[in-house]
Amino acid sequence: MTTKNVHIKIDEMKTATSLVKNLEVSVGKVIDDSWNEPMGPTPKPSMSTLRDWDLKLLNRYKPFYMPDCDLCCLCTFGKCDLTAGKRGACGLDMAAQSSRIVLLACCIGAATHTAHSRHMIHHLIEKYGRRYPLDIGGMNIKVEAPITRLVTGIRPQTLGDLEEVLEYAEEQITQAVAVAHTGQEGNNLDFESKAFHVGMVDHVGMEIGDIAQVSTLGMPKAEPEAPLVSLGIGSVDISKPVIMCIGHNVIPSVGIIDYMKDNNVADKMEVVGLCCTAHDITRYYNRGRIIGPISWQLRFIRGGFADVIVLDEQCVRTDVTDEARKTHTPVIAASEKNCMGFRNRTEDDTDEIVSDLVTGKVAGVLILDPEKVGEVAVRVAQKVAPVRKKLKNLPELDQIISQAKTCRQCNICRRNCPQDLKIPEALKAASEGDITRLTDLYEYCIGCGRCEEACPIKLNIHSYIIKAGEKFMTEESNYCRAGRGAVQDVEIRNVGSPIVLGEIPGILAVVGCSNYPKGGKDVYDICREFANRRYIVVTSGCAAMTAGSYKNAEGKTLYEEFPGGFEAGGVLNTGSCVSNSHIAGAAIKVANIFAKRSLRGNYEEIADYIYNRLGAVGLAWGAYSQKAAAIAAGFWRLGIPVLVGPHGSKYRRMLLGREDKPEDWEVYDARTGDKVNVGPAPEHLFQTVETPQEAMVSIAKLCIRPNDTWKGRSIKLSHYVDLHKRYYGTMPQDLHLFVRTLADVPMTLKDEFNKILEAKNWKENVIPDPTLLPRMVRKMKE
Amino acid sequence: MSCEPWQCAEVSSTKKANPIQKPEVAVAMIKKAQRPILIVGSNATDRWMEGKQLIDFLIDFAKASKVPVLATAHMVGEFLKRGYEPAGFMSAMDIGNRLVDYEWKGLDGKGHPDLALFVGIPFYMEGLILTGLMHFAPDLKTMTLDNMYHPHASWSFPNATLEEWASNLKVMTSKFEGGQ
Repeated sequence: MTTKNVHIKIDEMKTATSLVKNLEVSVGKVIDDSWNEPMGPTPKPSMSTLRDWDLKLLNRYKPFYMPDCDLCCLCTFGKCDLTAGKRGACGLDMAAQSSRIVLLACCIGAATHTAHSRHMIHHLIEKYGRRYPLDIGGMNIKVEAPITRLVTGIRPQTLGDLEEVLEYAEEQITQAVAVAHTGQEGNNLDFESKAFHVGMVDHVGMEIGDIAQVSTLGMPKAEPEAPLVSLGIGSVDISKPVIMCIGHNVIPSVGIIDYMKDNNVADKMEVVGLCCTAHDITRYYNRGRIIGPISWQLRFIRGGFADVIVLDEQCVRTDVTDEARKTHTPVIAASEKNCMGFRNRTEDDTDEIVSDLVTGKVAGVLILDPEKVGEVAVRVAQKVAPVRKKLKNLPELDQIISQAKTCRQCNICRRNCPQDLKIPEALKAASEGDITRLTDLYEYCIGCGRCEEACPIKLNIHSYIIKAGEKFMTEESNYCRAGRGAVQDVEIRNVGSPIVLGEIPGILAVVGCSNYPKGGKDVYDICREFANRRYIVVTSGCAAMTAGSYKNAEGKTLYEEFPGGFEAGGVLNTGSCVSNSHIAGAAIKVANIFAKRSLRGNYEEIADYIYNRLGAVGLAWGAYSQKAAAIAAGFWRLGIPVLVGPHGSKYRRMLLGREDKPEDWEVYDARTGDKVNVGPAPEHLFQTVETPQEAMVSIAKLCIRPNDTWKGRSIKLSHYVDLHKRYYGTMPQDLHLFVRTLADVPMTLKDEFNKILEAKNWKENVIPDPTLLPRMVRKMKE
Repeated sequence: MSCEPWQCAEVSSTKKANPIQKPEVAVAMIKKAQRPILIVGSNATDRWMEGKQLIDFLIDFAKASKVPVLATAHMVGEFLKRGYEPAGFMSAMDIGNRLVDYEWKGLDGKGHPDLALFVGIPFYMEGLILTGLMHFAPDLKTMTLDNMYHPHASWSFPNATLEEWASNLKVMTSKFEGGQ
């Protein structure tokens, strides 16, 4: 950290000549020069600072817009019809409007992560003080906050240092939201550039949140062997009182766990989590349980497993109150962002709150003090559990059969199902006494409940599916590795060279939410395929849970089958949503630790390095949220491509390269200044893939980078060809674009390659020292 | 047959696809097109009619009509398994992105398609690609051969049963010289 705030307050001071009362002196900043890395060109960039870099990427990966709506309805001049080239009353066209929506999504996502971090850091400073040192990996981590160093030029050392970083992030998000106002930006690529900017800021917001909680809450500190934690409702002893926490901000859960420990009831109760709060609970408390991803909220609420539900923030179903009422489950809302209409009881007497919840006088309460949340949740759960355990919450099979007989087969449920599940057929079979078709839907249902909302006779279809799949649900018992946090510096040193040279074929980050097209098994299959191929597989968030939800033939989950290190064939869970920052952080650390590039305020050079050299790709197979959009945008600006599953098409804008346009793929050779065509490597920056088979082929291809050595390129091409032949039944037709010299051709595939190279009139090319930045050229030709 | 969007929330706004009430109408438009292209998505092997998969109906249609086929996702392998070589393959987003570029000269390099036929891409994804084309390739005509009404196409078959769908595809195939 280069700056510190000094604040002196004197209530009363007597001297020989004067009396001073209530004197306050603030010295804004004191320069601390102990960090000897020179400041780079872009510390704390504003929205336009990195615009040239963004435009380099955006001119190569032009947006392909798929507007969800033909109209703009954001101001009172509208509604305006923007169809097919028309402009609205403000002058905006559909391309700009579409990119404006992208920017807004990224702003919402970045604000959400940053506000989460702001709340957490504020709380942690209050509890531990501003001087509390940051430590996310002891001696194993010297670069504690690579994104923050890179973007802001700040090296945070204490909790208090994070406040200046937060101020920067908050200012940038505010500026970016303002851009979306009517009559501001008018060009689609400028909107896109600002979306990239907010994405970059989002990663800063995530990083400081996670390093604050890792430093203070005793979470695993960059541990490859972070403990295996139980996953699934089958791992929960539901005869005990169960507190179920939903959301992302672990602070209220910490209050619960601390109260349990302090009162010696930890072994008499269960604390379980849904969504990212689950990850952070298990990072804090080894007896915590992950019961599932975001999409299974209804499943577990209706199952009635929870004796108390505690809501923090983000991705919480907004109808939890109504759903919990059906199962007589008291609810505690614990975040200002998510008050759920409950009365604020933060200042009320604890006994009174407990009594109100236990007797059912109120369905829920808002409590904004995490310690009070802890006491109330534990005491209420203990009191209501004996009564609640006797309740039957799901319909009985005979009820399902009799209600299914009333189904009109109108198809409206299916037409409202995002997965297009064949619900009417399943109900028809159920009406005839066969519920196996409903059971079949259990795996594929994403738990949105839209079928019920649409049903004209209000059948409880989702509950039928849960009941039919109850056995699977209650028997699910797997393992996830607790979120390890950052990647150690030494791990980066060990793999930096093979990654950059291409000998480790790539880094695959399987991240994001659980809006999967056909259940979660695809996530497991993809992770396993690439771990077996010796890629480094990194997971986080709901995808990390899903990856752990299946077992191999030997009964082992992914996290038991593969090591947890950042190494070839490793499968490592960084942790919750905010831990995604460690994935970008690892990429940045390769440039810094392995390649010795300076980080401090040096964004463009590092992004150029990552883009041209680091074969990393993100896969958000079930991404649904605005946060996921912001996370992706942060990766785009770093030059890391992101794939989304079919539902990700609903982000409505892709960033696609054109392999058929050779003029798009030129870089400078930093050694000579020559322009060299390096082919479409990587081909896309943001792409929807339709099937898991397509995802696998695309992942292998998107790991190709201009800087690959011949050996590395040969290995990458082997994987690409192998997967292509397996899933597409044929050789890729674009191999000539990726072969620079014949040494790139995999030995065992020479004949097949030669046929394609000959047919495409291939010519040998050089392997450059690639850069998109003219200033990085060491010797520019005249 | 209903002309409501198959997924209820997928409402059109200013424009709505013309419904194709008879397969002969679709055939007439395909015959009128100079450079049609048939884009086939991953549901081609998930949908079964009369004991056959959708892809089998489409191969019959493509052979009869001589409309070149572009396979998305991993469908190229499914075509090849059945002894039919599509004219090309690429991701659904890539073909959408090429279709909005009038300088793109088609799979054979001879000219931009003037009619894009879509079938078998997941409904929501196909619908989004169709909106992209509606806005950014307004001169391109689009048609869907699914049994789900797609409001964002230029022309779409209404929602239909599997039996009706199979019948439509067979009638279309029979109306081309190669299908008789």
